[in-house]
Amino acid sequence: MNLAAATNENLANISNTLIYSSMAVYTLAFFAHIAEWVFGSRSKVGRTAAALKKDSSTAASPVMVRAAQAGGTTVLERPKVVTRSAAGTRDVPDGPGAAGGTFKGDLWGRIAVSLTVVAFAVQAGGVVARALSVQRAPWGNMYEFSITFSTVAVGAYLTLLALRKNVRWIGLLLVTTVLLDLGIATTTLYTDSDQLVPALHSYWLWIHVSTAIICGAVFYLGAVGTLLYLFRDSYENKIASGGTPGKFATSVMERLPAAKSLDTFSYRINAAVFPLWTFTIIAGAIWAGDAWGRYWGWDPKEVWSFITWVAYAAYLHARATAGWKGRKAAYLALAAFGCWLFNYYGVNIFVTGKHSYAGV
Amino acid sequence: MSNTNTTDERDLGQAGDQLSTAPREESAASLPSMGVIGWARWFWRQLTSMRVALILLFMLSLGAIPGSLIPQNSVDELKVQTFKEAHTTVTPVYEKLQFFDVYSSVWFSAIYILLFVSLIGCIVPRTAQFVGQLRGRPPGAPKKLTRLPAYTTWRTDAGPEQVREAALSILRKRRFRSDMAGDAVAAEKGYLRETGNLLFHIALIVMLVAFAGGQLFKSEGGKLIVEGDGFANTITQYDDFKSGSLFDNDDLAPFSFDLQDFVGTYERSGPQRGTPRTYEARVTYAEGADGETKKKVIEVNKPLAVDGTKVYLNAHGYAPVISVKDGRGKEVYRTSVPLLPIDNNVTSTGAIKVMDGYKDRNGKKTQLGFQAFFVPTFAGDGQGTMFSQYPGLDYPVLALNGYYGSLGVDSGLPQNVYQLDTSKMKEFKDSNGDKLKKRLRPGETMKLPDGAGSVTFEGVDEWASFQISRQPASGWALTGAVAAIIGLAGSLFIQRRRVWVRAVRGPDGVTVVEMAGLGRSESAKLPEELADLAVALNTVAPTAPDPEPDPAPGTEPGQPAEEPAEGAEK
Ligand code: HEM
Repeated sequence: MNLAAATNENLANISNTLIYSSMAVYTLAFFAHIAEWVFGSRSKVGRTAAALKKDSSTAASPVMVRAAQAGGTTVLERPKVVTRSAAGTRDVPDGPGAAGGTFKGDLWGRIAVSLTVVAFAVQAGGVVARALSVQRAPWGNMYEFSITFSTVAVGAYLTLLALRKNVRWIGLLLVTTVLLDLGIATTTLYTDSDQLVPALHSYWLWIHVSTAIICGAVFYLGAVGTLLYLFRDSYENKIASGGTPGKFATSVMERLPAAKSLDTFSYRINAAVFPLWTFTIIAGAIWAGDAWGRYWGWDPKEVWSFITWVAYAAYLHARATAGWKGRKAAYLALAAFGCWLFNYYGVNIFVTGKHSYAGV
Repeated sequence: MSNTNTTDERDLGQAGDQLSTAPREESAASLPSMGVIGWARWFWRQLTSMRVALILLFMLSLGAIPGSLIPQNSVDELKVQTFKEAHTTVTPVYEKLQFFDVYSSVWFSAIYILLFVSLIGCIVPRTAQFVGQLRGRPPGAPKKLTRLPAYTTWRTDAGPEQVREAALSILRKRRFRSDMAGDAVAAEKGYLRETGNLLFHIALIVMLVAFAGGQLFKSEGGKLIVEGDGFANTITQYDDFKSGSLFDNDDLAPFSFDLQDFVGTYERSGPQRGTPRTYEARVTYAEGADGETKKKVIEVNKPLAVDGTKVYLNAHGYAPVISVKDGRGKEVYRTSVPLLPIDNNVTSTGAIKVMDGYKDRNGKKTQLGFQAFFVPTFAGDGQGTMFSQYPGLDYPVLALNGYYGSLGVDSGLPQNVYQLDTSKMKEFKDSNGDKLKKRLRPGETMKLPDGAGSVTFEGVDEWASFQISRQPASGWALTGAVAAIIGLAGSLFIQRRRVWVRAVRGPDGVTVVEMAGLGRSESAKLPEELADLAVALNTVAPTAPDPEPDPAPGTEPGQPAEEPAEGAEK
């Protein structure tokens, strides 16, 4: 069988066009997000300071009142649940988001999200066309890995949005990094579509690599949350200790969710993905057992997957260890994501091992 | 959460206790004053604390790094050798630090052994404690339910006993472990979290033991086989062989196989021309000393599995068939000589060694050696360099140059079969006095000068090399891995939480119902669940007309009820 004939040049070209088009649309989304931030900056929001001042007088007051059952005419009859944060944590309300509660900002934000949805659809089309052109999973080399990676990251973000989670604050950063990722993918990492070497022929390719990509993409969202948590936390600390942050910092930070919310966000993301990452490594080990005769051989890629795994485990431990919660745990989470990134870029480029046929 | 010792949490008393079996944090400041036993106990407590476990985890990941950047003996000894030759200054330092064997080094072993001692020291008491919790009852309600993270209250005309009974049945229906204690119902759910967490940590131990066992008893070796030849699984037949320190020769499963045919196909066109597409080794094999022969195609991801041993296809190359005639015209040598590929297009090099039977023109015994350079697809004369253009056998060419004298094989030193030691040999020269060399096509012959005989390139066989490995306990490793994932999912996705319902008759004779919830970590789901329960109970014990103002404190009327930032739902 001449497998080369299976590679459909036409589809490959369509895929490339779609990827370039999605970059164009992402660029528009990027500018719309910028507009959202710019118009949002006109709103005056200074709830953090107010909350922190109140916080010092009455320790841990209830932050949120939620009707047990929303709507209905008998709301008043129903018991209401009062929640309060655990002792020792600050009660700071979440910021209103990039739009800052302004109409214009919100409009631009919605435009940005809509454009992101369009770009995502186009990009996903590009990935699918690529897959069809090679008649296999679209992750046989770093180019394909990169385009799939950012598609999944945006997909995860849009899913969270669709589930009505408060995640629009990620928008600008996400779109920026997706553009970067696609830029690198189409320029330096580009590889013409083609078949795989025999070593990659296995259904484990589907399982192992797809979960690896999903993990990375979602870990990325967690890492963004962690990073913003660190900034927002310093901001809150500064205010709590009587300082006055700069104007720009205030404008940006006030609109982000509270440090505590950001921290919870990234914890949930990381904790949710950790079992999947564990599975990814195990699936890789099973595949390695089939392909190379040993399920674990300390190949650089394996080593870095292991390091990443241990680093995330350390992060989860830190969250449960007094004295390590908060910022220290956040640094661990960032280091863990750094390990993931290095495993993806660094190991493929700088280190040679059995995994290096990925066609850099 | 369980370890915070703020005043608030102390208020909760026993209620917040034991939501997790994590060891209590102890400050390092409380150094022991007692003698050896005191110190030992202190040391043990430190080792099994969460903080030290965390530090050991961190060190484990740091310690794994050098092994990925520096060549490892366990992965590729040749690379280590090259590295050592290229970096003579750092090599002694690296050797001292065991950087070429990171994963079996003393320091790396120390980290993970400490970690696993810590793990066992942590699991055993935690399991005992957890079993105790399962046997006991959920802790009673704290005095001030208002202090808990989720709280609700209302007044009802139903009697307190009636409310408590109703609460008990509602909670039980939702599979809370519930219990009436005094004026309140105490309930708890989500024990699977702790079970999952313990299962996960135990599974880690199973995996480690299985991995270590596998390393100790494993055996692994390579064998290069030319089409038509075979292999029987005894130690002498391996080209190279490695085994764990507890391996015994009798552990080798008795079986044999023959390589009938090797088929490789390659990309014909496009930018990836020459990339391998299929590799198939067609073999016949027999289990035991005289089992029946069966057929099997071994591919890269599809090893042959016999009796716990697996045979993997590792590499392949070409073996030109060479025949040599001596000065009297007698054929003294005919063999397929496997050559080693040096690039992706299978440009190959190697040596042909005629050790016995050759006599020169004068009838004197001597040995011949040829340096062989082979390309499966020659670029063509004129521009022709001896570098292959394509890995398939499109236009094979073999280039030879020859030596005579002593091959040096009797010197006792092991020799590389792919290299010629020409120190005791003389080069054949052509009539101009230049080095004798010739490019041959299959069927062509190179005459040796002065009637020294001839060499014929008869044809090309292919060879395949196999890795034959036996890794015991991999079933255990897999079992442990699956258990670890299940345990982890339970540990991370299940919330362990408590709910209390207190119902007492107020001074005005109306029953006051209070409900509160406590989870291990703050979750948006806890208040929702409490609200659900409250609604369910409220239908049984409806709200009485309320003379007092809304009891919920801190409601800011102007501010809409706000959702907290929520991440991926777990
Ligand atoms: C072999 C290394 C270890 C790994 C990879 C590991 C991994 C993990 C992970 C991923 C979790 C997260 C589950 C969760 O958040 O509930 C966890 C939780 C936990 N680990 Fe480990 N662990 C290790 C060793 C240890 C040791 C030595 C101890 C004893 C000190 C320990 C005690 C705990 C405890 C108590 C929890 C639950 C924390 C909580 O309640 O949130 N672990 N571990």
